[in-house]
Amino acid sequence: MNGARTGTLASLRGSIARIEAPSEAAMPNRIALGHTSADAMLRGGLAPAALHEVFAAGHQGGAATGFIAGLAGRISARKPLVWVRQDFSDRENGALSMCGLAELGLDPRLLVTVRAADVDSGLRTAADALACDALGAVVLEIWGHARQLDLVASRKLTLAAQASGVTALLLRIAATPIPSTAETRWIVRAAHSPPGNAASGWGAPRFEAELVRNRHGPVGRWIMEWKCHECQFSEPSAYPQPVAAAPAHRPHQAQARAGHRLAS
Amino acid sequence: MVAKDHNAILLHAVDEAAVRAGLSIGLPLANARAICPELTVYDADPAADLKTLNDIADWCDRFTPLVALDPPYGLFLDITGCAHLFGGERALLQIVINALSRRGFAVSAAIAGTSIAARTLTRTASGQIIADGAEAEAVGPLPVSALGADPAVTTGLRRAGLKTVGDVASRAPHEISARFGSAFTTLLGHALGQGDAPISPRKPLPDYIVEKRFPEPIATDTVIALTLSSLAKTLVAAMDKQGKGARQLEASFFRTDGAVRAIMVETGRPVTRPEMIDRLFRERLDALNDPLDPGFGFDLIRLAAGRTEIVVQQQRDLDSTVHDNDEISALIDRIAARIGGKRVVVHLPLESHIPERSALALPAQYHLTAASAAAWPERVAGEPPLRPLRLFERPEPIKVPFASVPDGPPHQFTWRRALHAVVRVEGPERIAMEWWKQDGAALTRDYFRVEDAEGQRFWIFRDGLYESELRDEEGRPLPANWYVHGLFA
Repeated sequence: MNGARTGTLASLRGSIARIEAPSEAAMPNRIALGHTSADAMLRGGLAPAALHEVFAAGHQGGAATGFIAGLAGRISARKPLVWVRQDFSDRENGALSMCGLAELGLDPRLLVTVRAADVDSGLRTAADALACDALGAVVLEIWGHARQLDLVASRKLTLAAQASGVTALLLRIAATPIPSTAETRWIVRAAHSPPGNAASGWGAPRFEAELVRNRHGPVGRWIMEWKCHECQFSEPSAYPQPVAAAPAHRPHQAQARAGHRLAS
Repeated sequence: MVAKDHNAILLHAVDEAAVRAGLSIGLPLANARAICPELTVYDADPAADLKTLNDIADWCDRFTPLVALDPPYGLFLDITGCAHLFGGERALLQIVINALSRRGFAVSAAIAGTSIAARTLTRTASGQIIADGAEAEAVGPLPVSALGADPAVTTGLRRAGLKTVGDVASRAPHEISARFGSAFTTLLGHALGQGDAPISPRKPLPDYIVEKRFPEPIATDTVIALTLSSLAKTLVAAMDKQGKGARQLEASFFRTDGAVRAIMVETGRPVTRPEMIDRLFRERLDALNDPLDPGFGFDLIRLAAGRTEIVVQQQRDLDSTVHDNDEISALIDRIAARIGGKRVVVHLPLESHIPERSALALPAQYHLTAASAAAWPERVAGEPPLRPLRLFERPEPIKVPFASVPDGPPHQFTWRRALHAVVRVEGPERIAMEWWKQDGAALTRDYFRVEDAEGQRFWIFRDGLYESELRDEEGRPLPANWYVHGLFA
């Protein structure tokens, strides 16, 4: 009798726990980035059907765009990709070039671009697009500080992503991280090419990606190289030593960490 | 009303009291003042007149889809097959006259077999209805000015002693043509009911129209939404019988005070489901900058399918791509309905070496299929990206203090007030402009891929070649302009 009751209780507790926290087992298969230590830290890779944020360090829009394009390429595989962009971002950072996208190994044929006039319509469009399960991923690109992009908005995006299984990627340029419901948050800046003289070629795109928030694990910082041909990230080739953090970015990072603590 | 014509201020329009005082249109204002010193004068505003006429035409859309403008102050309504909906021709004419008179317009209306005959009749008396074939009798006694021909022709006819339309008609057509031109003979023939000039309606005739009239005006959002969805069901049922789907839909809301608001939605592929129509309009109505203002309520809501296409039923594949494509085009339609079709784009390659012209962004609703089959240039295997990921629509000027060799890359440059030291360079890649398209104004560009001390990668170019292009008229070398055109990942 007593044993049976304990058993029922245990099973009920178990089911409540499953409802409350989507456990690792219930999660859909994670998508490996290709960078071994980052994948290990992320327990196998990026979680699909979730929100991931990428912040550009300073105003370095190019590197962050490349990084998020890489993530989108990994996640969406051969499925269509919707890229929602603010008009202002076009003027400030340049429009997304299809030739450049093709050079990174992504397929411009699978891209639908939405040019949103402002943050509100961008958010609404992204939420709409996330409800469409035929898509591989939705990228929302927002320039500068956006008051509208608060906890409620990111919660909406997360819920929409969970409901449909489409991954939401948020690209923020010239913005500081604020609390959100994102699964991971990255701060990306460009990394140097391998040392050599000025005339030697510069090789594949390199990012210095710092994982500042990870809901289900520790954080870290890596130099990643994007392999255009294989369409995946990898460890940098022929990189002599890890690059020390540039001291100029300290205050920026301190802010980011404070935000991270608040949110988790 | 006065208007300026050839530096003279002439009367443009007069009211009844002025006519009684002896004034007429075309009289100089000074003469009119002499006749009637207490004259009240306003400036004529032809643009506003035309707008009012258009508003009235909008209102008239409720009677028939074929409404044509006859400026400066006439409207043609083709009521073929519509009159019985309003209780017959007499009743329809009365409704139009009453409704417009109530709003303070002076109305003169007539119904006849041809548009010109009807117009001629309105010039003298209002409210006449002429049966088919009786035009000649009805129009005959009217003065020639009622025909609305060129003033010179009218004067000429009067001078010839032909005062009524009947007088003119009694002459042999070749005499009239020889003196006044064949255009006038044609006009006369139309007025007498011999052949008809087609009217040119303001809007193309929609393929399908469904509408709902309300005895009591409605104003609440719920009722409007319910009406739209029931109209959508009827429309789809009508289209379904002929296997069609709508590519363009227009909902018109007729307000009791005469204002009409039309809202259009376009779709990428034919819509065949009422829920989809309903949803598209809901998105569109939600996103309106100036929301639908019911005022005192709408008394008529109409849903029209402006363009339809035959629907091709597709077999559902096992790999579900057909289903996926449907979902994506439905998503594109929804977003386009809310923020506008031009804001949702797909990209097509263009045959051009000029970076900013190598891709074309086209509305996704119409070009989704073309974009998914486009052939983009293959990337060179094993090479790092040769083209930047972000490209500025117009290249941004940068300051370059000096270059080691005149046509070499810079050592540093200032872009957006920040100094970038160049540590790595690839290039130049020379891109010549399309001289066969332009008249030699554009200069050849030398592109360099440069990396700065922080690792950021830029695509910069020098506009023009040293020695050959960068020279003034006297052959002295000019300083080159440098631009940043894109950012690499």
